[in-house]
Amino acid sequence: MSVKKYAFKAGLFAALVVFPLLVRDTSLAHLIRSAGTVGLAVLLALGLNFTLGYVGLFDLGYIAFYAIGAYTAAILSIHGWSFWLILPVAVAVAAAIRVLVGVSILRLRGDYLAIVTMGFGEITRLTINNLDFLTNGPKGLPRVGEVIRPVEFFGYQLGLDPSNTDFYYLILAFIALAAVLCRRLEDSRLGREWVAIREDEVAAELMGLPVARLKLLAFTISAAFAAAAGVIFAHWERFVTPESFVFWESILIVAMIVLGGMGSIPGVILGAVILAGTPQLLQAGAEFLTPYLGAGFINYRYLIFGLVMVLMVIFRPQGILPSKRREAELTQKEAGVP
Amino acid sequence: MLLQQLVNGLTLGAIYSLIALGYTLVYGILMLINFAHSEVLMVGAFVGLGVQLFFPPSLTSGPLGLALVFTLAMAAAGALNVVVERLAYRPLRNISRLAPLISAIGVSIILQNAVFLWVSNQSQTFPDIMKMRSFQFAGADISSLQIVILFTALGLMAALHFFIQKTRVGKAMRACADDMEAAELMGIDTKRIVAVTFLVGGALGGAAGALNGMYYGSIKYNLGFLPGMKAFTAAVLGGIGNIQGAVLGGFILGLLEVAVAGYLPNGAEWKDVIAFVVLICVLLARPSGILGEKIGEKV
Repeated sequence: MSVKKYAFKAGLFAALVVFPLLVRDTSLAHLIRSAGTVGLAVLLALGLNFTLGYVGLFDLGYIAFYAIGAYTAAILSIHGWSFWLILPVAVAVAAAIRVLVGVSILRLRGDYLAIVTMGFGEITRLTINNLDFLTNGPKGLPRVGEVIRPVEFFGYQLGLDPSNTDFYYLILAFIALAAVLCRRLEDSRLGREWVAIREDEVAAELMGLPVARLKLLAFTISAAFAAAAGVIFAHWERFVTPESFVFWESILIVAMIVLGGMGSIPGVILGAVILAGTPQLLQAGAEFLTPYLGAGFINYRYLIFGLVMVLMVIFRPQGILPSKRREAELTQKEAGVP
Repeated sequence: MLLQQLVNGLTLGAIYSLIALGYTLVYGILMLINFAHSEVLMVGAFVGLGVQLFFPPSLTSGPLGLALVFTLAMAAAGALNVVVERLAYRPLRNISRLAPLISAIGVSIILQNAVFLWVSNQSQTFPDIMKMRSFQFAGADISSLQIVILFTALGLMAALHFFIQKTRVGKAMRACADDMEAAELMGIDTKRIVAVTFLVGGALGGAAGALNGMYYGSIKYNLGFLPGMKAFTAAVLGGIGNIQGAVLGGFILGLLEVAVAGYLPNGAEWKDVIAFVVLICVLLARPSGILGEKIGEKV
């Protein structure tokens, strides 16, 4: 990687570190919270990128593992567990469920896999919604009188600061870790094997790749990312309800990856930032624009969001920052090389 | 009790089937999951309501009113679907399989919010078009509404079958679904056929939207989502791209839901879970749906 790219990344990271310190005492302090929300979306998108971006498996029920992470965290925390113990346990629970699901459904292809994952996502949400004794149903956790314990970091309690700065840093740290992990995996033998499956499963199998096992691995890593994000979400909000995990959210994460550029880490991050950030920004922008455009403007934010989505995909169908590997393949095809 | 559940299930299944046809027609020809279809059906329901509000009551009651409401709801929904295809899907044809999915989601958001902002963000009562009576038959309570819904749906399905099997355009649609490139080489105007497919699918969705409004008595800007998702499930259950499969899947799903809600303890809460479990089991046993053809792997 060139020096320029390193400098850009370091600069971006430094800006993200400094950002909350600059705005926390100004009228823009609410942006820290918005940034945290966007950050969770980035974590989720990076996770799904393994399944959808690298291996090309179409997963429409991904949000279920975010839910499993969040609910595992809420239930264990109410029983007095600490964040740092919950994190590996919740990740393990989600990964175990994902393996069990994956073993049976991963032999389905394309849209059939999509619909089965969608079904699984809905089953998870509805089960959480109906298992009142464990999850308190639609009313959410914790119940009255119970509490989700705050995150402790060497004696410092996160979440006491109303500006959300500490959770912002926690999420930022997780994203940095996740991005490095993604990059290392992408460049490894494993990453190249995944892409081989995406491009031509039959050929990959003939080359001797253990396709089923590789798919399952990507599928499971995805779930681990989602569960980690869910654990943070539960500790940050300190309240979880089934409503946060609807089908729509799964679709949005898929959209983040396709819009940003499948299989490209900067692309996926950008896609997540755009799709999760646009409604937040329009909300924030509305406060400034209301005097000019009228009070009704705020209601138009989702309409604009939909329009932005359609226009972006029409003008950049390959994604905003497509992965180089994929772009090379696409242009080769256009040149008539089979 | 059994007969009652059967009638309820068939009514629900008829609505699901009509929606599922819209998904399956489009999928059969373009391999595209038209996520905006649920919004097309919602718009159909609102047009149905609009007709009743803006036309004089003498025109919108009785069988004549029924015909008017359905014709306009279907025309509007069909036209909308064609416009969506033209603006949001056609520019992305042959580029990637996932890109149109994103524009479909975008269109879905736009349509929902357009209705939310400019029509109403509240539930609207959907008036009775015909005087409803209920019949007692072998211990079951069957309303004339259910009979109307069932027969309207069956009539539309029969019309679709005739259209696809017996007309020239239908033949061209089948050819395109079979092999788009070959159809084009044979001189079929494939762009037009795709537009016709969206028109027909949208019109069926519009009819389903109006039926949905009649059945539940109220409509809302987000009404399309749940039946849309269920109908898509039904289409896959039957074998996506397969027209008979969509109808079969719709009726199976409708009957199953009613049976679970009626016979299992706490069934109403768990009916959707069971529906999805059945879907998953069917797909594991028959990976391309009940009537779906096994598609050979591309080597």
